[in-house]
Amino acid sequence: MTDKNGFFDLSRSALTRRTALKGLAAGAGLAVAPGFVRYSQAQSSAPIKIGFQSHRTGIGAAYGRWYEKTTAAAVKAINDAGGINGRPVEVIIEDDGTDPGRGAEVVGKFASQHKTDIVYGTLFSHVVIGSAPAAGEAKMPYFVVSEGHHVASTKLNRYVFQPGITDVKSQIQSMAPWIAANAGKKVTQIFPDFAFGYDHRDYLPPALKAQGAEVIAQIAIPPTESSFTKYFPQIPAETEVIYHVMVGPAVLTFVKELGEFYGSNRPQLFGFIDSLEATDINSPGLEFLDGSHFWEGSPRYAQPDDSPAQKAYRAAVGIDDNGAAVGDPKDVSTAAHMFGCWETLYVVKKAMEDAGYRGPEDRAKLVEATEALTEFAEGPEHPQGPKTFNGKIHQCFGIQNISKVEGGRLNVVHKTKIEDGLYEPEGNYTTQAL
Amino acid sequence: MKDASPAKPYALHLGVIALLFGLSFVLPEYHHGLLARIMVLAVFAMGYNLLFGYVGLLSLGHAMFFSAGLYGAGLAVIHLGWSVPAAFAAGLACGALLALVIGLLALRTSGVAFMIVTMMFAQVFYLLILYFAAWTGGDQGLVVPQPMRVLVLGSTSFDLTNATVRYMSALALFSIVLLISLAIVRSGYGRVLVAIRENEERTKMLGFDTFSSKLAAVVISGSICAASGAAYALLFGYVGSSFASVQYSILPLLWVLLGGAATTLGPLIGTLFMYYVIDIASGYTSAYLLIVGIALILLVLFFPRGILGSIRQRWLGWLP
Repeated sequence: MTDKNGFFDLSRSALTRRTALKGLAAGAGLAVAPGFVRYSQAQSSAPIKIGFQSHRTGIGAAYGRWYEKTTAAAVKAINDAGGINGRPVEVIIEDDGTDPGRGAEVVGKFASQHKTDIVYGTLFSHVVIGSAPAAGEAKMPYFVVSEGHHVASTKLNRYVFQPGITDVKSQIQSMAPWIAANAGKKVTQIFPDFAFGYDHRDYLPPALKAQGAEVIAQIAIPPTESSFTKYFPQIPAETEVIYHVMVGPAVLTFVKELGEFYGSNRPQLFGFIDSLEATDINSPGLEFLDGSHFWEGSPRYAQPDDSPAQKAYRAAVGIDDNGAAVGDPKDVSTAAHMFGCWETLYVVKKAMEDAGYRGPEDRAKLVEATEALTEFAEGPEHPQGPKTFNGKIHQCFGIQNISKVEGGRLNVVHKTKIEDGLYEPEGNYTTQAL
Repeated sequence: MKDASPAKPYALHLGVIALLFGLSFVLPEYHHGLLARIMVLAVFAMGYNLLFGYVGLLSLGHAMFFSAGLYGAGLAVIHLGWSVPAAFAAGLACGALLALVIGLLALRTSGVAFMIVTMMFAQVFYLLILYFAAWTGGDQGLVVPQPMRVLVLGSTSFDLTNATVRYMSALALFSIVLLISLAIVRSGYGRVLVAIRENEERTKMLGFDTFSSKLAAVVISGSICAASGAAYALLFGYVGSSFASVQYSILPLLWVLLGGAATTLGPLIGTLFMYYVIDIASGYTSAYLLIVGIALILLVLFFPRGILGSIRQRWLGWLP
């Protein structure tokens, strides 16, 4: 059946045999030449292969870049010290486009084409959730660095772990005592109207209530919003603390408009640094944040009491005292989260050594060995701080930092305890079959 | 219109199905899994092609039909514990119903207005998924539990997480939809659709009820896309709002344009081509979308009617 009017003829240009052959030859070259040679080489190599599901493109690209830098530094440190079980570690990176559909394909590619030993490194929650079924079906240990509560919720599967960074439920719970004691007891929440915001919406009120404080208003802002002034009149006058977790490019506008709304007479501000990861705290428009407080997983700025391990970690990853790339002050890191890559890789190392891991046939042993871990001591392998690990919910618990914006930098004013972030397990992965 | 005896087109299509069946036994594991996914998404493209290719209605909202199937099936399993066949039927019904309602409203427009109206409806659908996050999982989505992805037929059960079962299920769906598409485009109704695309006023003057024909096409197209979405949820175990975003309305358009609009096999070729270009190029550079863009430009220059469309134009005029 043809379209005689040329409905689909986008150019109506004539196609000669020569041009068609050129096009076909180019296409054939593209299809045949690339990855296949590399894949066959990878299959015959000896190193432990870690498939890194990276957000190189899409909304997570800023994180992805720094996750890659941290991963490269950790792998170099591990290999310089003899590798894992005497074998070098090789990282194979695939871009998932920060897309859950592509994420699942990438996990499949690691499992069946690259034949990696594990898959690791995913940050964005929807990609983790979209990829988890593929990992479970391939029986591929999947170590994520996401901070989402989805792993600890036990709604994924036995092959998914988050041993290098605490989850958001734990983080929020840890913040509540400090907020109630130091910032104020009447809290208004402003959060994006999607899942990241819902975690804060759902977990903060009970955590504050336990501390004798309360959430007096919750203002959800649609993700498509680009101007925020119209929402600010909804903030009750008696508000003592504004708890904000806006993320994405609109955060600069949000802060600027909040500043214009309140002027110099504002309530206390408390936020999660997720809003400003990879963003210079001294960017124009952010002056209003001076004196406010932020949660940080790991401090962006070097602190006077940094441990030798923290200093060594920062040097290895290549960030200066301001948390930017050495030699490029404008390239601000995602310091609050990326330490999780470093620590996760050392957890993988420890679990593989405990399991006597030799290859993919030992993946089940690796899962059990990871589940058997209970504590990670602070030190070169865990520079952010000590952690405990709950093998039943595949989630670690650690300390959190509360930092104050002062003089154009973030100074840590409080460190929480591990116990502050513990909660009752919601399930038990170890009852699932391997 | 160059037409041929039915034997040739049917032989070709059955040959393609036989080839895909045979490939199941020889493909390496990764490509085996990828082809299963491609076949499911090619069904999505076939649904889109029916409306865009044969009726000439350019929709930018077909992600909502795919998602209606995705969520209709996925949520039926997750929240109601329905079996795989019942959930698939639920997904299909959701897509068909949605397509009927959207068709009734959107077909009051045409051309660019139709494109914009469908895009707006799809955006509403997308935001509804985010709004009802308590049930849909919002932007994070939901996992369809692995133990529930089992197809029970009589005393036999098929685990849809098994690679072979998944491939064969995808192939079965693809084959059924391909043969239905072929039957439609070769039927009198299919010719009416093409007539509407070529000259709707003249078709009306010939006595055909073009609105009903177009509405039926929207419903069939939406149902096929929903079948693809339902299969995706059940075979791959994830339902997420990103599948309802505008990106997933544009993708089937690209797949169809690449493979050849108004060709029954074009959607498969286009989806296959696009998937492999991305898969291979992303192994080399994070700028792989640039390579995809260049490939698209080259195709427009050298194969302006898409791959199969150009082949039909130059060599195989009987291709349906």
